[in-house]
Parts: sequence; C-alpha cells; structure tokens
Amino acid sequence: MTSGQPEFVTITIDGREHQVLSGEMLITAAEDSGTYIPRFCWHPRMTPVGMCRVCIVEVDTGRGPALIPACMNPVSDGMVVATQSDVTKKAQEAVLEFLLANHPLDCPVCDKGGECPLQDQALSHGPGESRFVEIKRNYEKPIPISDLVLLDRERCILCDRCTRFSREISGDPLIEFFDRGNKTQVNTFPDHPFASYFSGNTVQLCPVGALTAGPYRFRARPWDLLKVVSSSLFDTAHPRIEVHASQNEIVRYTGVDNDATNHGWLSDKARFGFEYIHSEDRLGAPLVRRKGVYEATDWAEAIDVAADRLGLIRDESGGDALAVIGGAHGTNEDAYALSKFARVALGTNNVDCRLGDSLSSHFLAGTVDRATIGQLDDADTILVWGPDLKEEHPTLYLRVRRAAQELGAELVVVHPRATGLDDVAFRKLTYRPGEGFDLVQALDDGRYPDVIEALDADNVVALIGIASHADGPHVAEAVAALVRARRGRSDLLPLNSRANTYGALDMGLAPDLLPGRVGVSQEGVGRLRDHWGEVPSVPGRDTAGILEGLISGEIRGLLLVGADPVRDFPIPALAEEALEAAEWVVAIDLFITDSTRHAEVILPAETFTEKEGTVTNVEGRVQKLNNIRPGPGQTRPDWAMLDDLAHRIGAPLGLSSAEAISKEISTVAPAYVGVSWDLLEWEARDGVVVPLEGESQLAHIPVAVATDGKRENGLSLHVARTMYDDGVRLRHSPSLSRLALGPVVLVNPLDATALDAVPGDSLRLVTVSGEGRFEMVVDEGTPAGTVYVPFNQPGATALGIDSAVEAEVADA
Amino acid sequence: MSTPLVVTKRMTEYPSDSHTIARYEATGGYEQAKRALGMTRDELVGEVKTSELLGRGGAAFPAGVKWGFLAPERPAYLVVNADESEPGTFKDRQLLERDPHQMIEGMIITAIANEAHLAFIYIRGEYPKPARRTQRAIEEAYQNGYLGRGIFGSDYDLDIVVHLGAGAYICGEETALINSLEGERGEPRLKPPYFPAAKGLYMKPTIVNNVETMSNIPHILEMGGEAYRDLVIALDTGTYMISLSGHVKRPGNYELPHTLSWRELIYDIGGGIRDDKELKAWIPGGASAPWFVPDEHLDLIVAKEACALAGSMLGSGAVVVMDEDTCMVRAAERIVRFFSHESCGQCTPCREGTTWMEMILRRIDEGAGRPVDLDLLIDVSDGISVGLQWPPKMTTICPLGPSAVSPIIALRDYFRDEVQRHVDLGGCPFELKSGETRARAPSSLAGAGPEVRGGSTGSIPSDRESAGEGSS
Repeated sequence: MTSGQPEFVTITIDGREHQVLSGEMLITAAEDSGTYIPRFCWHPRMTPVGMCRVCIVEVDTGRGPALIPACMNPVSDGMVVATQSDVTKKAQEAVLEFLLANHPLDCPVCDKGGECPLQDQALSHGPGESRFVEIKRNYEKPIPISDLVLLDRERCILCDRCTRFSREISGDPLIEFFDRGNKTQVNTFPDHPFASYFSGNTVQLCPVGALTAGPYRFRARPWDLLKVVSSSLFDTAHPRIEVHASQNEIVRYTGVDNDATNHGWLSDKARFGFEYIHSEDRLGAPLVRRKGVYEATDWAEAIDVAADRLGLIRDESGGDALAVIGGAHGTNEDAYALSKFARVALGTNNVDCRLGDSLSSHFLAGTVDRATIGQLDDADTILVWGPDLKEEHPTLYLRVRRAAQELGAELVVVHPRATGLDDVAFRKLTYRPGEGFDLVQALDDGRYPDVIEALDADNVVALIGIASHADGPHVAEAVAALVRARRGRSDLLPLNSRANTYGALDMGLAPDLLPGRVGVSQEGVGRLRDHWGEVPSVPGRDTAGILEGLISGEIRGLLLVGADPVRDFPIPALAEEALEAAEWVVAIDLFITDSTRHAEVILPAETFTEKEGTVTNVEGRVQKLNNIRPGPGQTRPDWAMLDDLAHRIGAPLGLSSAEAISKEISTVAPAYVGVSWDLLEWEARDGVVVPLEGESQLAHIPVAVATDGKRENGLSLHVARTMYDDGVRLRHSPSLSRLALGPVVLVNPLDATALDAVPGDSLRLVTVSGEGRFEMVVDEGTPAGTVYVPFNQPGATALGIDSAVEAEVADA
Repeated sequence: MSTPLVVTKRMTEYPSDSHTIARYEATGGYEQAKRALGMTRDELVGEVKTSELLGRGGAAFPAGVKWGFLAPERPAYLVVNADESEPGTFKDRQLLERDPHQMIEGMIITAIANEAHLAFIYIRGEYPKPARRTQRAIEEAYQNGYLGRGIFGSDYDLDIVVHLGAGAYICGEETALINSLEGERGEPRLKPPYFPAAKGLYMKPTIVNNVETMSNIPHILEMGGEAYRDLVIALDTGTYMISLSGHVKRPGNYELPHTLSWRELIYDIGGGIRDDKELKAWIPGGASAPWFVPDEHLDLIVAKEACALAGSMLGSGAVVVMDEDTCMVRAAERIVRFFSHESCGQCTPCREGTTWMEMILRRIDEGAGRPVDLDLLIDVSDGISVGLQWPPKMTTICPLGPSAVSPIIALRDYFRDEVQRHVDLGGCPFELKSGETRARAPSSLAGAGPEVRGGSTGSIPSDRESAGEGSS
C-alpha cells in the first residue's frame, strides 16, 4: 500500500455487504466477516496452492457466477460470493466425499482424532454419508520418515502443507510428492531421511493424522488434555507454546502462532524437549552428602546444612569468598531472588549466569538500539555475524530466512563455515576461527564494498554473537562498532544461546549488573538501598574469575544454580579443577550432573512447567509461563529455597510468592517498571518488550580490542554449539539425546587428504587446553584450514578456546 | 473438391524426402524467415491476427491475439508444444516426421515476432522418431546458419532446444509443460497468473504454440494474412488437420477445410464404417471432447463454433468413430481410465474422482453394476465438472478431470439404457451376444498409437519406410 492508508472494497457474502481490505484473499476476508469457508491446504503462514479445492465457492465478479478457490483469489470491489448456494455446497460436499473415499477412517486409534480438521469439516461441510463401496488405497503404515516423525500415507489427503513447509519455511525440502494421480504420495528421498531440525512442525500442520510424532503417539486423547500457554526455554527467542499434559505428565508442546516471535513454528528441540521433566533421574528430595554418599533428607535439614557453612564463610572471609554461578535456566523471579540472595545474604558481586562463552554483560543487557524480531521483516539489510542461527537460534533462523527469501532483505552471513542461511544470503564471508577481528578490519578498510554498501542501507538489523569459541567477545564488539558507524539506522540483536540469559542479566545476574539494566556502582547501589539495604558496589568476578578464585582459594564457597560448568564451560578442565578445589558447594538443580556431584548439598528444583513466572527473550520481550503440574516429590521453586537459605544465614529476603517478587521487580528494576502479571496475561500471546517506557540506563559502548594472533600455518579449530548436544535437559530426553552428533570432527576434503585420513578414521586433536579423539567426517561446508568440532557432544573431550590445533590420525 | 493443402502439401507431393532441408529449400523454404527479419513485431503480429489462425493445440485460441498478449518484460521465450498425447491425435507426429523444417521456420518467425532468442520444442517421449527427425532438421538449420548466432547473416540470435517428455499426458497442458521444462513436477500451475504470455517459463513472458500452429506460420507470411484467411470460405479460417481413427474404412491424417459436415468426413473422407456397420457415436475432438451421435450431430459442420454450440469441441482434431458393436460402457471406461491414470494428483476432485469413476465403470462393465451406479457415476462426475457440460464448470485446477467426465455426458444423455442393460444382465450385452471377449472400443481411445493407414483419397501417406532414417 503506497499511501500507507489501507483501502477497503465492498463485497457481498451470502447477501450481506462487508467492507474488507483490498487485496486480501477471499478466504480470510470472509472469515473476518464472520463466514467460515472450509480449508485443508490453505495456511495463513504459507503460500496458497489451491490444491484441496474444498474452499471452492461460487463467485460473481460481473461475468456470471464461477467456481473459484477462495484461498487463491483476492477480493475485488463488487464481488458477490455465495457460500451457501447449491452449486457451492455441491462442490464442497463432493470434495469432502472425495477426500474421505480413500481415507481409512481409523479415527479411534488416530492421534488427530478429536482435533482433526478432516473430522470437523466433514461434520460441518461434508455430505454426511459415504457412497464409496470400492476397495480403498493401501499403503504400509506408518513408515518412520525421521527419528521423530512417522508417516501414514493412507490418512494423507495430499494438501502440500508439510512439503510446502519444508520447502518454503524451513528450507530443507527433504519430503516431496512422489508418483502421480491416485498413487501420489508424500515420501522422503531414498537414503535421505526427513532429518530436519523443524520436522515436528509438519505434525502440527497436518490436517489429518498422516504425520504423527514419535514422542506423542498413542499417549493421550486430545479432549483429555490439560493445556496452558507458556514459552519454550530451548530457544532464546522464547517461542510461544502450549504445554499439554495428561494425568500430570507433559505429553507434548504445540507452537502458538504469534506475530512477535515464532509464527507458530518450533524447532524439534523446543517441540520435543519435555521428556527430561519426567526423567527417573529427576531429584525429588534434598540431598546432603554424608561420608561421601548423598542421602535424601528433609528441607529443614538441607537448608540448615547448606546455609550454615555459607554463613560461616561469609563471616570468616567476607562476601568476596563466596560466589554464585548460574540462574539462566529459571524464571526472572527466580533470577531476581538469586541476585538479591547473592548481594544481600552472601554479600558478594561474584555472580554470573553466563559460562565464559558469552558477550559482555553490558552488550547483552545494555544494547539501547536493540532490535525486535519483528524488525527483521522491514530490514533492508540483515547481518548475521555469529553462531549458525539454524543450530543455536532456530526461531531467529526461520525469521531471517523469511525476511531474506520472501521480504527482500539483503542478508550478509559471516561465520567460519557453512551455515543454514547461506542459500538465501546475498553475501557469505568465512574466516578462520580466531581471525574474526582481521575480517572486521578488512571490511572497515573497504575490502568488501558490496557488504559495506549493504550495511549503508537505511534500515539495518545486525544479529551479533560469538561464532566460535576461539573468537571471544571482542570480535562481536568490533562488529557492533562497525555496524553502528554506518550511514543508516542500525538495530542490534546481541546473541546468547542459553535459555533465559537475557532475563537473568536483567535481574542482575552478572558481576557488574543490578536488576533492571543498572550497572554496579555507587549510584546504582544507592537506588537499591531502600529495598536491599547495604550491598557491595564494586564489580565482582565473572564465571572464569570465580573458577580461578576457587582454584586459588580466594573463593571458598559456591552456589551452583542450574549450571553445569564441567560440561558447559569452554575449558571444562578448569571448571572441574575449580569445583574439586572448592571448600563448600551448594547446588540447586533438576539432576545430579558432572558439576553438581561436587556439591555437599543439592536442592531439587522445578522445571518451568511446575512453577509460575516470567522470562525475557533475546529482544527483551517479557512473557509469562504457567504451571501445569506439580514437581516430583518435594521440589520447590528456587526463590523459596533462596528465601529459606537467606533466612537461615540471617539476612531475610522477604520473598513470599513469585507474583510478589514480580511486583518487587517492577518497583526495583527500572527497565521493568509497569510490567505486571496482569499485563502479561492480557498480552498472553505476544508479551511485552521492556522497557515499556524510556530507555535503559545502561548504554553499551563497544570496546574494540585487536587481540588476534594471525596464524600463517596449521589448522584452526572451530568449536561451536549444535542444536542437539549433551546438555543436561537433552541428556535426559531420550528422543532428542540420540540425535546428538557424538564425538566428531568435520574436515574439508583437502585437509582430509593432507592428513591421509578417510571418513570414519579417528583423529587425535591436540590444543593447549586439551586433547581427544574424534571420528572424522569429511565436509565440504568446512573450509580448508579449519576443522570443526561441535561443542559438548556425548563422549567428546573439550578442546578449549584456542584456535591452534594439531591433528593426526590416531592409532587404531 | 478442390481443397488447397497447406501444411501437408509438401509431404503429399514429395513423400520420399519432404523432411530434408534440400527439399524444403527447393520448395521455397526459409524465404519467409528471412523476410521476417526485416519486419517489425507489430507487422508480424498483425499478419497473424489478420489471418485469424486459431491455435491447433485444442483450445483454438487465436494465435495472433496470444502473441499480442506478450508482456513487455524480457527475455521472452518460445515453447512449442509437441507433447501430442490426446488419445486419437497423431497429426503433429506426421508434421514433425515429414516436414520438420516447416515447423522450424514457423518457430523462427514466431521467435522474431515475439523477440525470443531461445526456443524449446517439448516432444513427448513416446515419439522417438519425430524427435530424431526434428533434431536432425535443427542441426541442418544450424549448419546453414539459420539458427544460432546471427541467423541468416543478421544480428539476430536464436537457439532451439529439443526436450523430450517423460510420459505424462498432463505435460501437454501448457503450464504443466513449462513446469516440466523447468525440471519441476509436471503439474498445471495455479491461476492467476492466467497466461504464460505474462508469466511463463522461468516466470518470463512465454509464447506456447502447437506444432501445427507453427507449421502454418510460414504460409501465412507467404500468402499474407488476408489471403490465408480467405483461402477457404468457411466458418473457421485456413485448413485443419484431422486425425481420423476408429471404425472407419480409411483412418488417417487429413488436411481439410472447415466446409465439411461430419457425414462427409466420416462417410466420404473416411469411406464409411468398417464392415458397413451402423455408426453409433463418435468423438469429435479428442478423448476430452463430449461425444456426438448420428441422430443429432451428423449434419453439423466440422468447425469450432458449430461444435461448441452442440456442447463439444473440435479440440485437437482427433475424430474417433465407434460402430454399432461398440460397448459404450467399455469405451467410456477406457477414456476414464486414461484420464485417471494421467491425473497429476494435485487437486482432490481429479485425483480421487476420476479413480472412483473408473472403478464404478469397471464394475458395471464386469457385471457387478448396481441399479444406483449410473446416477452415482453422474453425481461423482458432477463433483468434478458441475452440471456435466462443456466447456466445463470445473472444481479442479485444470480441465483434465472434467475431460474424464465427457463420456459420462453421453452415457447420461444417449446411452442410459445400454448402461441399464449391463446392470440387468450382470455383464456386457455385446460380449454375451457374440461370445467374444475382444476389446469393443477403438484402441486409439486408450492413447494407443495412431491407426495410420494409407488412404486412397487425400489421406497422407504414412512414413514407415522413409529413406535416410536409421533403424536403431
């Protein structure tokens, strides 16, 4: 619309005139005017294909009534639509009878039964009887088309939704129509399973029960399900989901369509990541170690044991001898409680929710020109300089793909190797891990004029993160400075891939931050004094500093909250040594992990399905989570344990409920003024972006420091995360844990030849901080000179953050 | 009858070598293509518009008008549809085998008129010999500098690419053909956009014309649009190729004016019904066309409008004649089976409906018909082609599904009793009468090869033993 003013036209539907938006498809215009036209293939988020023909209606545009599909034809002024005429009804009933002719009608044992568009529309628009007496089509049923999805071709009505999704939304067209006519069927290509990170969406899209999900099959009837709206914490965009439970067990998540974040789509990790909630390994009672063995105990004793020693250390050595790592996996309310606990009860700023692989806290929390996800739709240029979004930020991946593919944004992707977005990028730059800064410099020097021209567009959105462990946060700082210095408007999305990191940082879970995007300083502390009393005003240690402090003995006590540095910190050996050296570790977690097994006391936590609260996503969007089941045994929300611990230490926090904490946050934290649960429940679909008013008090100023050591010879090591790894929650979700790559190294064919190695060979990789054996996979997507080791894979040894690596074929 | 031959003149006069470039040039070939280089687009389109040449692929859309629709965006492409798959049609095959240069010259002129520098011929894969002949003719044209860079010494470049289909009838539908050329599934494109002339091959303006249409173009230029139009004073202009098959004495390809009645076509040109049996029905324009019967249609003129008024079409010029011993149920079943087999499967009514129709017909034919089956058949047809009429009011994406309904119109209107007899007898009355089990429907109905026979009057000689053709 050039004028910006929406134009309206008048159409007549079943004798009544309606004003509808010019250019809108008839199917939606009619629905908005109160007339439902049946549909199977049509989907609001995908290109119309007009294949199922059930939306066919009689329309007169002045040349006499004609039958047209309502999903393919935009409204025009004076259009007369008859959705109830004999001809329309005959056509729609015929299509439904045709669709049912070969449908197996095995509804009693079909997952879709009860929420099936074919059932529903057969009732509302169908003929009511079947005259088909011939033998129905037969196929083997069902066939697994991926590790998570099964296909029943007898039920399929060939609507092209799943195939269209894989083609136009997720960009991995691994399912297609095969054969033709009455034998047309959806299938995968030989030897190419539907190995898509987004395969589960096809199950939700399927208008019949042709596609079913392994983790949900036969587990519930839809009408028995309890449902609440929530957000997935497996994706930092926090895609909106519905949590479905049957008899207190979570049986599935479904995507909720919202404009703000996910458009209803979910990665398979976000969709199927629920099995850990019911894992038999979940902790149901507080554990206290006695004579080297954990014993279950009651809360009173566990709190006493844990708190007394923490209090003792504080009294003996001061708050600087205590530290907190974690808090990124909980709610904002829990994070606030933890932040307050550290400062008020422990008296320390040694607090970090990040694990040594993140951007600076000021960049993540203090980006004033922070983009919203929705801004991607209007961007002229999108720069992605950081992780492979397909692996780490699936919702952003889909939104960027759409912006580049459908909405005309010019996409520039910078990453050390191939990424999922390369096929829609107008420019892709690669660099050797550890040499990212050189590339920034080269861009600044005008080496890539087309990229610079693109960055000089009026409207630029830059997604910036850490692409490779070897890069460190300073490259991202330099990229931010480069982007901000260009001509047009630029908005940034600083990337971090851990659950609720943004919310945790907003609550002050960083050594230099206080709640509400306020820096630790005399001024910041002054504001808090009314609520928190005296707290330290000098920035504390980050996670790396804390680990070093534990090793040196300067830090004696540690509280670990939902964090597993032994698996997750880029140099795990350092974390292991630190936890080993620690005098007193208390952990709050769902499981005993490689890290929490160093704790003297482990307190059983709740998952996000078991408690209420809010979370904040990558763009600063706050959304409410809702509980649907009780946790196992004696689990409690973090804030309640922290309140008890603080009480015992003698510094009560005064926390009484999650909602009360939320109110305290909106009073204490400037960026959260005006955010209430009432507001978030009103905005249940989209949530709200903070700050609601005014600007954040923090203002990130990029610090560009050249620290790259240019390496002329030898291989460079690229370490980055993949969607499926050995994270705690995935490890306890069997459907997903088996999808992890395992200990592999991806090597360019040229390097493989130079190493005299063939696929499947075991390569020994040696770096400054570690060595290990990895199965070699030959991969064109990894440039020569770089070897790629996916981080935190089951059975893999970590190699640290140095880019220099020696590789050789290991002896058998 | 002094019928002027146009597109079959050369092959009739020089049956042994009409396909060679030597013969083509010796008979005035490629002169019009040279002339066209000196003409403007408007002049060329104007000539063809004046000629009132109707497209010969089946839809009979005025060719000049189609050219006029070409969108201004460039590049533009020319695609020649040689996917001649309509059961009963075998005229393009003869044009390709016997006079490929005539079509190539038509393509050159059409490309110039539509500012295309790349043209494709999409030949059905079941036509190896026509494809070889065409390929050879194109090579000859390249060697002589009539194709390639700077054709005829001008600065106009034109390349022609031969593409073989892979056995799908639907690829004769122009948008499915374009998809197939692009390497996509051979499925009709969704409308809008309505015309390839606006968005066709690679979503660029594209002219899609039939082989016979192309073959007429050099003649229009040679004699002038006006003279072509007035060549024969009849309902439609020019001449028309008819593929006559079925139970006539002299089946074959005939180039005819539009002045004949069906009676003259079947009894004079075709020599009457085989074994002097009675005529029962005929298909006037390919398997898609609703059938005609002697009582109502024998004295209608073989022309577009006359057919349309009678609720059928001249289509691709395939006339299939059925005698009194033909079982209408089985004939219908053969046609429906063909369309159900060829359905692309994209839209529900065609994919599911045609298969269902086939099942019902087969049941009736095999003696398991129920009294309700004819009405069920009609109602199922109604769900594909509302009201069972032609041109169809379709619930489908393209007319393939409604084409399957065409024979049902005849069953409903003329042969209800015959269907009823099948049901009453629990079998086919013709089979029970004769005790034979031979197929009682013309074989050309099921898309079998043409029944080309040498005719004595006007039928174009077949080309089984042409010289210079490899027998591999």
